[in-house]
Amino acid sequence: MAEYSWPRRGTTSLIDTEQTRIDGVAKASGAAKYSCDINPKGTLVARAMGCPHAHCKIKSIDISLAKDVPGVVLVSPAKAIGDEIQWQGDIIAYVAAETEGAAAEGVAAITVEYEMLDVFVDDQHLAAAEAADRTGKPLSNVQLVNEPGDDEDEEAFEEAEIQRLLEASDVVVEGNYGINVITHMCMEPHGSTCEWNGDQLTAHLSTQNVSGTAGQFADPLGITASDVTVHCDFIGGGFGSKFAADSWGVACAELARQTGRPVRLMLDRDIELKTAGNRPSGFIKVKIGADKNGVVQVWDSQQWGTSGASGGGVSQGVVPYVFDPENRRRTATSIATNAGPQRAWRAPNHPQAAAITHTAYDDVAAALGIDSYDVFLRNLDSVSNDKADVYRAQMERAAELMQWKSKWHAHGKGEKKGSVVTGLGMGIHTWGGGGHNSTCRITIHPDGGVETALGSQDLGTGTRTVIGIVVAETFGLPLDAVNVKIGSSSYPASGPSGGSTTVAGVSESNRRAAQDALAQLNELVAAKLGVGAADLVAKEGRIQASGDASKSLSWKEACALLGMTPLEVNGEFRRGEPSSLSSSQVAGVQMAEVAVDLDTGIVKPLKFVAVQDMGLIINRKTAASQIYGAVIMGIAYSIFEERIMDLQTGAFLNAELADYRLPRLGDIGEIVVDLWEPDSEYERGVVGLGEPPVISPGAAISNAVANATGVRVPVLPLTPQRVLDALGSA
Amino acid sequence: MKAFEYAAPRRESELAGLFSGRPGATAVLAGGTDLVGLMKKMIVAPDRVVNIKEIASLYGISADSAGVTVGAVTRLDEMLDSADLDAFPAVKQAIRGINSMQLQSQGTIGGELCQRPRCWYFRNGCGLPTELGRMVERGDNRYHAIFGNRGPAKYVSASRIAPALVALGASVRIVGPASGEAVEGPPKNGAPVAQDGNALGEAIMPLADFFVTPRAPHQGETVLDPDQIVTHIHIPRDEQIASATYEVRQSEGPEYPLAAAAAALRIEAGVVTEARIVLGQVAPVPWVSEAAAAAIVGQAVTPESARAAGEAAVARATPLSQNRYKVQLARVSVERAILQAAGLETGGF
Ligand SMILES: Cc1cc2nc3c(=O)[nH]c(=O)nc-3n(C[C@H](O)[C@H](O)[C@H](O)COP(=O)(O)OP(=O)(O)OC[C@H]3O[C@@H](n4cnc5c(N)ncnc54)[C@H](O)[C@@H]3O)c2cc1C
Repeated sequence: MAEYSWPRRGTTSLIDTEQTRIDGVAKASGAAKYSCDINPKGTLVARAMGCPHAHCKIKSIDISLAKDVPGVVLVSPAKAIGDEIQWQGDIIAYVAAETEGAAAEGVAAITVEYEMLDVFVDDQHLAAAEAADRTGKPLSNVQLVNEPGDDEDEEAFEEAEIQRLLEASDVVVEGNYGINVITHMCMEPHGSTCEWNGDQLTAHLSTQNVSGTAGQFADPLGITASDVTVHCDFIGGGFGSKFAADSWGVACAELARQTGRPVRLMLDRDIELKTAGNRPSGFIKVKIGADKNGVVQVWDSQQWGTSGASGGGVSQGVVPYVFDPENRRRTATSIATNAGPQRAWRAPNHPQAAAITHTAYDDVAAALGIDSYDVFLRNLDSVSNDKADVYRAQMERAAELMQWKSKWHAHGKGEKKGSVVTGLGMGIHTWGGGGHNSTCRITIHPDGGVETALGSQDLGTGTRTVIGIVVAETFGLPLDAVNVKIGSSSYPASGPSGGSTTVAGVSESNRRAAQDALAQLNELVAAKLGVGAADLVAKEGRIQASGDASKSLSWKEACALLGMTPLEVNGEFRRGEPSSLSSSQVAGVQMAEVAVDLDTGIVKPLKFVAVQDMGLIINRKTAASQIYGAVIMGIAYSIFEERIMDLQTGAFLNAELADYRLPRLGDIGEIVVDLWEPDSEYERGVVGLGEPPVISPGAAISNAVANATGVRVPVLPLTPQRVLDALGSA
Repeated sequence: MKAFEYAAPRRESELAGLFSGRPGATAVLAGGTDLVGLMKKMIVAPDRVVNIKEIASLYGISADSAGVTVGAVTRLDEMLDSADLDAFPAVKQAIRGINSMQLQSQGTIGGELCQRPRCWYFRNGCGLPTELGRMVERGDNRYHAIFGNRGPAKYVSASRIAPALVALGASVRIVGPASGEAVEGPPKNGAPVAQDGNALGEAIMPLADFFVTPRAPHQGETVLDPDQIVTHIHIPRDEQIASATYEVRQSEGPEYPLAAAAAALRIEAGVVTEARIVLGQVAPVPWVSEAAAAAIVGQAVTPESARAAGEAAVARATPLSQNRYKVQLARVSVERAILQAAGLETGGF
């Protein structure tokens, strides 16, 4: 088997350069078709009816009036009598109609009787959850250097040992921190357009999982995955919430089957936000003991949070985040709330963990009056991965870009201009990445045409362009010479886009297939030119002998040697398989500079520095875009967005864009992206970076606000209300 | 959205008979940026929608020595572009603050003044105002009223331009079915006065009196009856009045401010001789603060006097369980509106 490898650094014409997206014009011009743009003749519009109550039982559902609404074609209950509803917005029924208006009127004409049950949605107050009997058994995890004696009670020893370590510390910091639930707020809501041809289903699904959702449709519909084709050429955001066909996707297919017409069912924004996923909350009480240099000696925390009706919250496995002091105890309690279920949200658990623990580390710096940078630096010996040196180098780079040292002032000791103060904060992060399973089929046509097909998807991250770059680079062709076909489950299977695994996965399969295909083509070319196949190189649209440029064929001439039949070569990569093309694990350092108006509590990001490694970079332009996007999303959850629940009724009060606060361009400040790629990074192959840069903003911004004001605003997002409350001026 | 009849009159006189006096039966459509969303959520479900944007006499900006008259269907971006309104910075600043090209180029001044409360309990389907009052009182009232909130209405008046217009002493012209006899001066509850035997009558009243705090179901947020509309807004001209709007906006988006204030000051020989201070987003109506005005009159505008006026403005605030912070923001809004009107630095963002 061939040895797969990337071209040597500096010899590439596309890889590691800046390439504009190959689908950019289609997206910007509106030519790109999203699920709800698919409009086959006769398409019906379906709408979901969400339950208005957060906790109830269904006593009756009457659809007779809805069926009589002019234009309504089919009304289909999604729940049965006696079903218990656990959150507002859970779907009770669907209506398919000739027009959107008729569907809405149909939904309004459905009458449901409910038996109301007790509602609990307060995830911020552990005592309230305990009183309401909504907590799970607290889970503890303890790591101590010293061990109990044989006859000692383990828990008593742990408690005594933690107390001893705290007392032995030069400084003990106690704090409360938290971060609220947010939603994914995908620009394009969940949904699909489904059409049947006989017993064959085509689902135009907004999905991060083109190759993995056919079976999810098939099973409940009583067909097999081979009868289903899932299509998704373009998707308006998923962020971890769109891996499944979902009950509403299956319902859309069922409505289409029963009506004999294509059906489009996109969730309304409010149902989308209530039902289609969110990011769990995390609240924590921390006691941290450190030496006089700020090196943490002992960590003791109690955390709680919610992922919805089944409990959950932020995983304690990442607490404290990245840093893992030798002595630590952590306890986590899950709270069951009448709220929609969580879904993976860009780097699950990590952003929350960073926000509720790196803030505590920063408070150590504040308590000791030392530079936060030094506290992060001095604790790097305890990081849970093997990246301490990378963090050191990245911190140095970030500090240089931020001019950290010259801007630094002790917490709360900066200059005040009018009512405005400024401050600095930082955070560090870690993520796995590495390639997912991916297969692809590269076809070289005798006329020189090149295509690659795989059941992957481009979430807006630039996957399509990445694939094109890998294949074009390998064949020595320009980017536009490669026809990249993704977005259909009829293509060779490729993994779901989650966990920052896509770029590594699809570059693996495509580089392998392309190298193998080129080797086969080279055999023919070698015979024709009378040189050894191993001596041939493909570049600038030609295949030529490396020593003798006079011996060469154009790409087209070379392909003509294939005769009548195209050359098809498959490439395959299995996750975890050792490979020189990809690896896993990244670090990353981020720094924020903010201004705070002490009179209004408004926080303005001034400058944000993101230094990020990601192994070998296929496309520097889309890589940078990912980081800009991640930082903006991070600023959003740090300062603006949160799910707001009515404690009385469990209603999700701000479940529409007019009330769900998000930043605009002017609220972002300057973002400086540094693609950290020394040769060692290039050498270790592709890793992926969709998630890591969204992790640290909460910590960095909260720390910057604490540095500016001298006061910790404990809970994110840092709204004017919370800032003023913390300042004591409200 | 419920199916509805649609009417698009071309003349004011054609309005007669188009409106039902029954609350909720007819809706006025101007730019539709608020109404259409409410209709889609079926919070408003009229049988008939009357589009008033085709009525030529309701459109445009005209100025004379007495002041500037703006037709109710004039778009907000047209007001921004109008040199006639340069004399009223408070108005332009408020419009600019809306920060959304879409709303500015589709929304109308009449619709802006008549938009329904943004209260999330209302928008989630709780009727106004009684049930709503209870929900707000016990619920999440972080964005709700800190003044005038003792009755069932605890939401805040949504209009962002109203505080400026009220501060500048604007008046509104209202048209509806003629009723009663002509009376001297502005009619009490805006009842239009018959004109020459027309089916329609008109009333002109101070904008300050246009907004009301409802106490019972089916009382609106304005004096308008279901069959009345606003046709014009008139801003009196006074060269000596300096004005400004200051809004506490968390973001550059079209979200509503957390608190706002408009100040209209007559400054003679460095001293304020007359002042109108009106707070926005703090009460069910644009909240005229006599106390703030009294505090600044007789003073030169300085950071200290502005601050004192801010403190006077909020001295009698009655925050709800979660919105104490708005008292601080209201104070700062008044302080900064005054400083800004006088052309001084506000010291904040
Ligand atoms: C996402 C979003 C954000 C918004 N943010 C803001 C904001 O930040 N600031 C802000 O001020 N507004 C905001 N709005 C609200 C509103 O859309 C605008 O204020 C707009 O100016 C309303 O004008 P319109 O002509 O579109 O009103 P319409 O929607 O046509 O009407 C609004 C209401 O007034 C009534 N009405 C309209 N004209 C008259 C009249 N002449 N006489 C009697 N009744 C009348 C209508 O029946 C309706 O009830 C926002 C709206 C949305 C959807």
